[in-house]
Amino acid sequence: MPVAPGPHIGTGRTTRRVMIDVLLGLVPVFAAACWVFGWYALMQVGICVASCLAAEALFTAMRRRPVSLGDFSAVVTGVILGLSMPWRCPVHVDVVASFVAIGVGKVIFGGLGHNIFNPAMVGRAFVTIAFPALLGAGGYLYTGSGTPPTDVVTAATPMTVAKHLAAGKAGQVAGLWPLFLGNVNGSLGETSALACLVGGLYLCIRRTAAWQIPLGAVLAVAVIAGVGNLLHPQAQWTVLHHLLGGALLYGAFFIATDPVTSPLTPRGKFIFGAGMGALVMVIRTYSGYPEGVQFSVLLMNATVPLLNRWTVPRPVGGPVPAPKAQA
Amino acid sequence: MVSSAIPGTGRFARGLHPDDKKSISAGAGIEVLPTPKSVLIPLLQHIGAPCEPAVKPRAEVRLGQAVGEAKAFVSAPVHASIDGKTAAATVTTLPNGRHVAAIPITAAEEQSLSGQALWEDIYGGQWPTDGLGSFDPEQIVTAVRSAGLVGMGGAAFPTHVKLTPNEKRPVDTLVVNGCECEPYLTADHRLMLEAPAPIITGALLAARAAGAERIIVAIEDNKPDAAEAMAAAAEGTPVQVAIVQTRYPMGGERQLIPAVLGREVPTGGLPLDVGVVVVNVATAAAIARAVIRGKPLTHRVVSVTGEGINQPKNLLVPLGASYAELVAFCGGLADSAGRVIAGGPMMGFALAELDVPVTKGTSGVVVLTEEQLRRAEQTACLRCGRCVDVCPAGLVPTKIALAARHQDWETARRYYLTACFECGCCAYVCPANIPLVQLIRTGKATMPKE
Repeated sequence: MPVAPGPHIGTGRTTRRVMIDVLLGLVPVFAAACWVFGWYALMQVGICVASCLAAEALFTAMRRRPVSLGDFSAVVTGVILGLSMPWRCPVHVDVVASFVAIGVGKVIFGGLGHNIFNPAMVGRAFVTIAFPALLGAGGYLYTGSGTPPTDVVTAATPMTVAKHLAAGKAGQVAGLWPLFLGNVNGSLGETSALACLVGGLYLCIRRTAAWQIPLGAVLAVAVIAGVGNLLHPQAQWTVLHHLLGGALLYGAFFIATDPVTSPLTPRGKFIFGAGMGALVMVIRTYSGYPEGVQFSVLLMNATVPLLNRWTVPRPVGGPVPAPKAQA
Repeated sequence: MVSSAIPGTGRFARGLHPDDKKSISAGAGIEVLPTPKSVLIPLLQHIGAPCEPAVKPRAEVRLGQAVGEAKAFVSAPVHASIDGKTAAATVTTLPNGRHVAAIPITAAEEQSLSGQALWEDIYGGQWPTDGLGSFDPEQIVTAVRSAGLVGMGGAAFPTHVKLTPNEKRPVDTLVVNGCECEPYLTADHRLMLEAPAPIITGALLAARAAGAERIIVAIEDNKPDAAEAMAAAAEGTPVQVAIVQTRYPMGGERQLIPAVLGREVPTGGLPLDVGVVVVNVATAAAIARAVIRGKPLTHRVVSVTGEGINQPKNLLVPLGASYAELVAFCGGLADSAGRVIAGGPMMGFALAELDVPVTKGTSGVVVLTEEQLRRAEQTACLRCGRCVDVCPAGLVPTKIALAARHQDWETARRYYLTACFECGCCAYVCPANIPLVQLIRTGKATMPKE
């Protein structure tokens, strides 16, 4: 009879199943994006998924490794990338972002499980810098003539408004209710806080996402923004605007929780999340960019080996005692 | 009355709760296996030094006669489990992969004890709970030692070593382990239901030997009937029955002692370091038999269960009977059978062949079907940290296992390789299906000693 080492039973959960779980968690976000932006959401996500799959097939074949499209990790990268794009992003930008995400973000390190930086954010950061006009504030605004595809795209994104207000210019702050539901302008997946919470909580309950990461991020933003509010009580952009507006929740639940590029230990995960939230606040407040999720995640990715090293848990019963010196 | 007044919370951190599948065999009363035509008695059934043969080939032996003597302190003698005639010693491979010398015994036509009479001799009759003060501790330890008692929960550590008082580390509490946290297994459960009296007597004797004042029988909350039976048998004695959470690996000493007493056993140390001795319920019953009746360990209760066996049963079997004999008595393997495991499905060993003897530490035979086996393809570690979430020792299993795979001993030490006790929780949950326990076990065996 064939033998194998124990344990002889398991949960039956596989890497592929974990990736499918992430896709299930993204369903509410994708649905909200379709509600707000119509066919544009489907188009952007579709282009990114197709490009990511093509890139994965191409680059793994170039490394002469078995092509591993069946684990669905390239699909996850494609969906997360697509949902982080502006609604009117041109096709070539999606394709470039996808190829950079999979090629430079993942395969170059050895494929799934070996990459240091979140692949989707590597791709998005690349196009943010390479095509600043298309991914900047103007990239979200409807500029054509005639009827816009949906109402929201005629207004600046809430984050751009916040930046203008901070600079002393005039602007109409989005209401909390639209920010919560999602009928505001912005990247496809970030506009609905409700959808991010529903999908994100599903992932946390399934333990596909570690709850410590979003908790750390939300707490850090709430504390820092709360202090800011106390210092400037007349500001129109409040703690709740910081939490519900922009890509914070989308990033905290779906991007920062990528297991490969986040710490292993519970404490490390919390610190990672808190660091990401703090960096988001720094970038929102002091940088030229209205939003900072992608750079925050990438910066925190670089700290993961250190966080893992610093947060080695204490074993039950204490550390292994040093061997006694031979007399 | 089941008492819950224990210092601990009845829980430990992390671990997991697989579907326990106890119902497959929990209802099956213990049956006595008919005397097999032959048995094979391994001379090493415990942790420690092997025995030396004490009988010549072609010698007539009686049930209970020593066939292997223990010369070292950490060792335990072995005894004939049937009446019969010995043959020349051979070598057998135990399920854990160790090659050990073993003495075959062919059964005599006439057996002095079998069937119900055997049950009565081992577990039946009256078991005193009063007047045990007439046994002095040394006498108890000597009786336990010559009876060849070892831990019957699976680890098979010689019992007399645990019970020998140590002046530097006094013992205040004896914990009797009735958790049986491995899925499927019901041998201890049935024993607590059907023979609670010798367990209580054995616990009182063990506590007396070790100098423990407090005695707590710990039972997981999925066995309320066993807890009731034990509490009824403990009436009028100082033995307390405590209910603990059903969670794997509650039966591990390093989980059970914190859960019951709120004390943490130091890494690299023993329960003795925190004033505790833990014995399994079957061991406790064997202590009573050794001390009160002067009989050695010759039989044990084994669960033969799982979806892949035709008639799941709990059996009282002579040590040295082959797994094939047990399986045949339980209606044989089902067509769907995919793997036969000695022990439970978490920490047990898969059998390559069934012609292997049952030993003192064999708690069960679990037959899993082909579909149940963990067979998914191994993928790269996702660093999801699920293994960290479940590790009852508080380790980072993936770091240790991958360091062991690459023979990176510095990293393996930094993450406390040697603190792992191989419970298998990490590999159970791993979505990448990495054989974490196997890698860690190999690492322990190959890591250079400082």
